[in-house]
Amino acid sequence: MNGLQLISTGSALPRRSVSNEELAQMVDTDDAWITSRTGIQQRYFCSEGESAVSLAIAAASEALRNAQLTPQEVDCCICATVSGDFATPSVACMVQAALGLREDIPVLDVNAACTGFLYAASVARGLLCGNGGRYALVIGCEQLSRILDMTDRTTCILFGDGAGAGVLESTQESLYADLLGARGSQAICAAGPGSQPSHIQMEGRAVFRFAVEAIPRCIEGILAKTGLTLDDIDWVVCHQANERIIDHCIKKLSAPAEKFYKNMSRYGNTSAASIPLALDGLRQSGQLRPGMRLLCVGFGGGLTWAGTLLTWKGDSHETA
Amino acid sequence: MELNELKKIIVEALGCEEEKVTLEASLMEDLEADSLDIVELQMSLEDECSLTIADEELRQMKTVGDILTYLNTHTA
Repeated sequence: MNGLQLISTGSALPRRSVSNEELAQMVDTDDAWITSRTGIQQRYFCSEGESAVSLAIAAASEALRNAQLTPQEVDCCICATVSGDFATPSVACMVQAALGLREDIPVLDVNAACTGFLYAASVARGLLCGNGGRYALVIGCEQLSRILDMTDRTTCILFGDGAGAGVLESTQESLYADLLGARGSQAICAAGPGSQPSHIQMEGRAVFRFAVEAIPRCIEGILAKTGLTLDDIDWVVCHQANERIIDHCIKKLSAPAEKFYKNMSRYGNTSAASIPLALDGLRQSGQLRPGMRLLCVGFGGGLTWAGTLLTWKGDSHETA
Repeated sequence: MELNELKKIIVEALGCEEEKVTLEASLMEDLEADSLDIVELQMSLEDECSLTIADEELRQMKTVGDILTYLNTHTA
């Protein structure tokens, strides 16, 4: 089966950023506590006229533009989300309509919570191989502010809204590996549509333990599968849930901290949007070079986890 | 396990000052550990001592002395 390479990224954020100080006016908490316990300093919440769909469309459109592709060249479109505007149509179908993607391609949402973008990439790879396509538009988007319990100070401070997208190209030569897993549990839970307001609930301690065990397992699993070592990896891009989860794993693996990208201070935990937002952050800050190896690690609701080794083609593709 | 050995594990897991780690020190008040710090400490202890500490047992350990007593009654 062909590998995948990431050839472009894009992202979108709501207009309104919400600082820790602002949250402290709604619930009993304070900036110093949130910053020291989570590494989060602000997050974005959607306002009037913004939603998971509008963010997904903006991020996807930017990723396509950066790939210098027309909408007709996209061979599948997958969106990872747990907070889409509707049960149906899917966010991906709304993106298809807005961007004018072809009708003869698979278009679907994937629900694997914070691991969603990596699950979506793996599904995209299978679809491209099975259907003979070349380019996949993969999006992660969330409007978690809609399902936050703003009276629960242990959860409402953690999450934010946003979207990230990437164009993945199926190629024979790209090094790609992934490792996906799940352990059904309600440790992180948000009810579906119904008469009761849906709120994210999380067993913080159990989830922390799950996360700090999942990251090293994914990293070591991908390295074993590819015969690489951490020295061969340019960036480790973990789901941005909490700075302490990443720091714990750096310590446990005796890994070089500078390889672990972090941006949760600006966005909080954006679930499925977190990894593509991080990838786009790396691109925007000029920290990606053609051929760089990116080891992405997702973990979260489901419970689900994934380790994915992606190659960044980026600039070399645009000039080819 | 000796107190000195436990001190090292606690300082490493909680990032607190060593002189604060006395037998009477309360984990959450004196050492300012939060719930995630306690999980990190739990994992370090399990690794170091090759045992599993149940969450209910962990919840009953309020001080450094409580941990030491637990470890010394549960490890050979």
